[in-house]
Amino acid sequence: MIFLLKRLGWMLLTLWIVFTVSFFLMRSVPGGPFQREKSLPEDVKRNIERRYHFDEPLYKQYARQLWHTVQFDLGPSFKLQDYTVNEIIAQGFPVSASLGVLAMTFALVLGLTAGVVSALWPRGFLDVSFMTMATLGIAVPNFVLAGLSIIVFVFLLQWFPAAGWGELRQTILPALCLGAPFAAYIARLSRTGMLDVLGQDYIRTAYAKGLGSRRVILRHALGGAILPVVSYLGPAIAGILTGSLVLEQIFALPGMGSHFIEAATQRDYTVAMGMVLVYTSLVYVMNMLVDISYSVIDPRVELK
Amino acid sequence: MSPITPNNEIDRYAALLDEARRIKGVSLAKDAWRRLQRNYVAMGALVYLILLILAAIFTPLLPLQSPIEQHLQPAETDKKGNPALHGQFLPPRAVAVELGLDDADRTRPVYDDGQEGDSPFEIRLQKLFAGLGWFDRMLVETRLAVFGDWCIPSICGTDNLGRDVLARLFWGARISLMVGFVATLVSLVIGVSYGATAGYLGGHIDNIMMRIVDILYSIPFIFVVIFIITILDEESIRGWLDARGIDRIVVFYLVIGAIYWLTMARVVRGQVISLKNEQFIEAARTVGASSRRIIFRHLVPNVLSVVIVYLTLTIPSVMLFEAFLSFLGLGVTPPDISWGVLAQEGIRVISPVKIYWWLIVFPGLALALTLFALNFLGDGLRDALDPRMKNR
Repeated sequence: MIFLLKRLGWMLLTLWIVFTVSFFLMRSVPGGPFQREKSLPEDVKRNIERRYHFDEPLYKQYARQLWHTVQFDLGPSFKLQDYTVNEIIAQGFPVSASLGVLAMTFALVLGLTAGVVSALWPRGFLDVSFMTMATLGIAVPNFVLAGLSIIVFVFLLQWFPAAGWGELRQTILPALCLGAPFAAYIARLSRTGMLDVLGQDYIRTAYAKGLGSRRVILRHALGGAILPVVSYLGPAIAGILTGSLVLEQIFALPGMGSHFIEAATQRDYTVAMGMVLVYTSLVYVMNMLVDISYSVIDPRVELK
Repeated sequence: MSPITPNNEIDRYAALLDEARRIKGVSLAKDAWRRLQRNYVAMGALVYLILLILAAIFTPLLPLQSPIEQHLQPAETDKKGNPALHGQFLPPRAVAVELGLDDADRTRPVYDDGQEGDSPFEIRLQKLFAGLGWFDRMLVETRLAVFGDWCIPSICGTDNLGRDVLARLFWGARISLMVGFVATLVSLVIGVSYGATAGYLGGHIDNIMMRIVDILYSIPFIFVVIFIITILDEESIRGWLDARGIDRIVVFYLVIGAIYWLTMARVVRGQVISLKNEQFIEAARTVGASSRRIIFRHLVPNVLSVVIVYLTLTIPSVMLFEAFLSFLGLGVTPPDISWGVLAQEGIRVISPVKIYWWLIVFPGLALALTLFALNFLGDGLRDALDPRMKNR
């Protein structure tokens, strides 16, 4: 409980720093949303600015916006009509979340299977081919992978539709491309972990007391072997969020990443800032969950 | 029993000295280099990287086509006899291409009003290679003297505007590598000074400094960086920066470098703290080594090995980040070329009608090979510089 409160405190502090830095960066850019409207009469402009409190001193604006943000009200978009930042995030989040969850599942299932199989028959055919693939998967950037797989699977083989969102079939290819580098990394980690564990005394004891090899591997070895994988999950989640920026662009998915890039290139500051805050808290919460699950799997670890 | 005579004593010392002379001291660097040489993968990576860096520096010397000129390919007609487009989207092929620069007139025309204009040679040169510095210009002249107008054919194909992909890959390597090295250097300077200060001072200051690093660690930086780059791109700020000679790429170096120093700071701090209390430092002090000697002979080499290893591992992640941002259109932007820009151009023209695989495969290959090599070299260096492996 104290662990959770402490983490929450750090998260709030971090968010506050991010908010403050982005607020002042945003305000240091001359030209608010209303200054582009050259046709506005001076008085009307002043009225509008008063309505939106642009005439107040900076610290008051800061306090006001901080108060709104604390209440989860991120304000209107600078560029999209009739949209608040909250609405944009609410629209994009489910898409990105399902893409991310799917990619993470792919990465875990593929990576763990490949890693464990490789470790059970080291230097065998499967081991060598899996590890070659893993080395490749780590070095090839995901946008290159996405481009190639569109050519091969969409245009040559015609297994998947090219872009769009809604059906499960449309999700598979982006999720695979997004998860691939992480699957590769997880495969390497779990292989090393598994090899480590298999050489330990308690595995020999388990065999010695007559347990079958399936039971030894699944019950005794696997738990120890996935520890390095679990500690890698934190960075992996952050990486998947980053990767989804690119993949949503390539596959034209209407997720948070697409909205964020659009906001960034269109200079839609409120949306961009809101997204940064959401991403930061997302990464924080995910890391917290990873730490908790780590302590569940490995009883030696204490949460501080 | 022989009495200890002065003569005897001298002999004994002479023998000792002789023995000591025969044992050759091996410096850490020499030892590490010997071990690295036995690691064929790392050596292969090192050779590849050296060749790549040389190729990037001396790109104008190579007989490549122009990275920007769109009408270099020989004019062709399509099946119906109509003149085809200017060599757009040509698949890899081996048809010779000429620069049309060697025979160009170098005399400057004099206009009626007495002013001199640019020579045809100059105009053509600007069209083929815009914005050359004096060094690059010298290389281009040398290239003309050696190879004349001859160019390597478009063995990697041409892009959507008819530009040669191979030439663009080489010119792109210059910026990609430059971003990798310079941004890493920025992160090195910040990280080492921050980490060394924290580790050296210790106590509360160390605590606070490392807490700040912890906080920064948990911020997903890519989003913040994109946000910052967007703001720095606003016209008025752009103008302000341009007026001070800071162009987009320099901003880019600084921003990337400024976020990649966190791990470096942690690593250096840890190393400094553990070294501060090491026995060999105390031993050196006991035998009367000056603090200058201690710092340069004992502290720096030990920190350096860690820093070098971490440096080789930072460069690939910085390069990947550059490619990533350029891909999103937020990093290097045309007319500048980087590998990320090339990959982005390749993916943008994907269409079901015709498959331009060479526009994705070659930039992807260049990126992947380089990242590979850097990672392997980093791993190899880590093994080679491990002090526990000494003399093995």
